[in-house]
Amino acid sequence: MKTIKYEDIVNVVSGLCQEANYYLEEDVLEAFKENLKKEKSPLGISILNQLIENAEIARKERMPMCQDTGFAVFFVEVGQDLRIEGGLLDDAINEGVRKGYMEGYLRKSIVGHPLERKNTGDNTPAIIYTSLVKGDNLKITIAPKGGGSENMSGVKMLKPSQGVEGVKEFVIETVDKAGSNPCPPIVVGVGIGGTMEKAALLAKQALLRPLNQRHSDPSIAALEAELLEEINKLGIGPQGLGGTTTALAVNIEIFPAHIASLPVAVNINCHAARHKTIVL
Amino acid sequence: MAEYTVSTPLTDEIVDKLRAGDTVFLNGVILTGRDAAHKKLFELIREGKELPVDIRGQIIYYVGPSPARPGQVIGSAGPTTSGRMDAYTPALLDLGLKGMIGKGLRSKEVLDSIKKNKAVYFAATGGAAALISKRITKCEVIAYPELGPEAIYRLEVENFPVIVVNDAHGGDLYQEGRQQYQVK
Repeated sequence: MKTIKYEDIVNVVSGLCQEANYYLEEDVLEAFKENLKKEKSPLGISILNQLIENAEIARKERMPMCQDTGFAVFFVEVGQDLRIEGGLLDDAINEGVRKGYMEGYLRKSIVGHPLERKNTGDNTPAIIYTSLVKGDNLKITIAPKGGGSENMSGVKMLKPSQGVEGVKEFVIETVDKAGSNPCPPIVVGVGIGGTMEKAALLAKQALLRPLNQRHSDPSIAALEAELLEEINKLGIGPQGLGGTTTALAVNIEIFPAHIASLPVAVNINCHAARHKTIVL
Repeated sequence: MAEYTVSTPLTDEIVDKLRAGDTVFLNGVILTGRDAAHKKLFELIREGKELPVDIRGQIIYYVGPSPARPGQVIGSAGPTTSGRMDAYTPALLDLGLKGMIGKGLRSKEVLDSIKKNKAVYFAATGGAAALISKRITKCEVIAYPELGPEAIYRLEVENFPVIVVNDAHGGDLYQEGRQQYQVK
């Protein structure tokens, strides 16, 4: 049986926290460059150029690309045949976050009580979603999530009769209302189906998919393309200052639904669409 | 859309000529403050007490920087969402605050107060935090050190790039920009 040590998980997580915040993923950079060719607003072009330059500085100097280094959200797949030695997986992840945010000069943005609001000082606790899978690997994905874009997200329980039109309407309305707040150009994660919390989780998971990769179901892929086009007609543009690049991508995930329900969730990500994965 | 280089503090004369869409490069001193510091300032104003900083003619930058590495002036320092400060802003503008730097929409009360008090709301590029940090040449905490990244800092800036979103004459780039590029 494969064994992974607690300390190794701590160190790997610490590294992931830092890398995710310093190194913008290639697919996002590509999307900046693609949209630079299409953007109609001169101010919008200038903003996209700044974002490219910012990513270069962050990479070169190992500085966070955004000062909001986020809530540390983890998706972890644990192989059923794997043994973790020396402590609990969740504890190891939290210790890794503590170490990574401290040693990596990342901002600590978590308050320990939602109403009393005193900073925990080490960016813990992390939010950890664990699933059991076949095999003996440990796959850890971190997706640090900024507050500004998270605040513009939402979920709605539609009537099944509202169908795909109702879904489109809610997605467009959410992006429209968010305007300049979530730091456009944004990535729009959409979850359709399941229960209320399942739809929200699907929306967050949708943000992990590369921006240039469409859903495997052709009808959902078409819906992603249609929504992206509609969103970019809103005119919000880079930073909300007007323009044609409001979103870089719309990623949708779906799940079976109850006969009475059509939940839809929209999780907005800023252009600092960060995530990193490692398999141990 | 004009381009200006402006030294702080701001005067009525400078604010008067700025229009939504203008690019401005700021030089001199700006203050920082976000949620927790605004709440504290607002409570002092309500109690009729003196503020720990003189805000007359000043610009407040809504930012909570990441920690500086040894040798750095400041860590990454992009703007945070301004709307969370809306409840506290009119009281500060009434006391003579002249400018704000942030990102995102402001409330009607803030927009009215900007006009009434001849002030200006600038946007910095959200998420361009590493880039922006290069324009900050000095950084020191001047109030509420216990708030960490939420403390009030005094920043010295050189050619700090911002865009006028809301001017003293009612101009609003968030509205005008959208209308210009909206496809109906």
